[in-house]
Amino acid sequence: MLPIACEDPAGYADRSRRFADVPAGDGSRHAITVHRPASLSGIVGTEQTPQGQPVEVSCATCHEVLRPPPELPASARTLGGPHSGLRFEHGSNECRSCHDPERYDRLRLASGESVPMTDALRLCAQCHGTQHRDWLHGAHGGMNGHWDLTRGPRLRNHCVDCHDPHAPAFPRFRPMPPPPDAPRRRADHG
Amino acid sequence: MDEKPTRRVALKVLGATLGAAAFERALSPLRELSEITSVGDFMQKHYRELSRDEMNAVLRRLEDETQQRYGREVTIRDVRPTEGVQFAYALNLSVCIGCRRCADACHVENNHDRPTHQSYIRVLEMTSGSMDMEQGNTGYDHTVPAEGKFYMPVQCQQCENPPCTKVCPVEATWQEPDGIVVVDYNWCIGCRYCEAACPYHARRFNWHKPEIPAAEINPDQSYLSNRIRPQGVVEKCTFCLHRTREGRLPACLEACPTGARVFGNVLDPNSDIRWVLENKRVFVLKEELGTRPRFFYFFDV
Repeated sequence: MLPIACEDPAGYADRSRRFADVPAGDGSRHAITVHRPASLSGIVGTEQTPQGQPVEVSCATCHEVLRPPPELPASARTLGGPHSGLRFEHGSNECRSCHDPERYDRLRLASGESVPMTDALRLCAQCHGTQHRDWLHGAHGGMNGHWDLTRGPRLRNHCVDCHDPHAPAFPRFRPMPPPPDAPRRRADHG
Repeated sequence: MDEKPTRRVALKVLGATLGAAAFERALSPLRELSEITSVGDFMQKHYRELSRDEMNAVLRRLEDETQQRYGREVTIRDVRPTEGVQFAYALNLSVCIGCRRCADACHVENNHDRPTHQSYIRVLEMTSGSMDMEQGNTGYDHTVPAEGKFYMPVQCQQCENPPCTKVCPVEATWQEPDGIVVVDYNWCIGCRYCEAACPYHARRFNWHKPEIPAAEINPDQSYLSNRIRPQGVVEKCTFCLHRTREGRLPACLEACPTGARVFGNVLDPNSDIRWVLENKRVFVLKEELGTRPRFFYFFDV
């Protein structure tokens, strides 16, 4: 037994080593930023640049000039142009459930309020209230950065980073390889 | 008077030669030991007995040894806990899909042995409705999540009443003021009592010298966490204390693609982790053992 263990539960001979010397903060906190997915400001076309990069086309490229806009189709099957072949598996929603029929580059809330695409989070929250509540408290959706905002910022994922709004179920995929002791097929000592 | 070579003299010479050879052989494990343990290692005091100056000298020596043995320049720091911080972790079993990204991130962050793909996290594939972690399967290798299954990642639960620290015969493992159970890898004698005492199978033993290519070494290291461990010692999850004690999120949380993990300071009433503990029906593994884990699980209701 080390004799020091009796005096102090953490038992440091040099007591100044027990805790870090953290300079007292001025109370200011870093920001929590919500990531802005590229899919909310445009689509990736099938065309490629001469360098082989896929061409990103902003919504406004077409939808600012197509006025008056053609009527929204009832289902994704009848879509043409850059949106043809869109996979739609999101309940019984129709295009106009979320998209603003007046302005295609915007969304429309249930209240009738028109919001920019980048405010999609508010639109999703209308139906997915429990997920939104959990997200607000850091209990839904991935993040990066700092748990301690006095020491650094945090970057939060947006709904659309993980869920395709047109087919929102999280995809199934292959996991990383099993651990070294896996053949025993049991939780076991390693 | 000159002495003739007699049978007696011949036996003496033979005996001395054999004795010297045996002595040499008996010492050989010490010589082999010196290849993995330097004199500095051997003479070093227990982590908690080191003064700041002594600690700094140890860190510089360990950095030099890493450079010699692994060919990589690394920084090894002694990151201490912050007063008023107690860590807790929660994991949402409703959204975990069993992809093992957390285990892989741990492997990379904590400089684990590459050939065995070691990690402090094991993901158990559980049958829906079952809650016995001993029946969990770690070896699944199919598209996830599978029908009728849920996935439960298990790592060190950082118990408030840890069985593992009590069985250590040399006090090489203990609980820090912020709740993290740590190992002084230079004090550990490798008896593996702690590994046997842990009900969560959270400790790992370094059977071999860890092998990591220089380019893959994470150079941001700390004494009590992710520095490359010596052969013959026990290691464990430290909630990435070299990151979390400086306010950052643990590597396994950042890697999680579904956001199943919640981490923070349980003493801060406005923290995310407090909201989860107060508003979700959380449970701990093997509660009946009285280990009081700081790692919580919950399902969305």
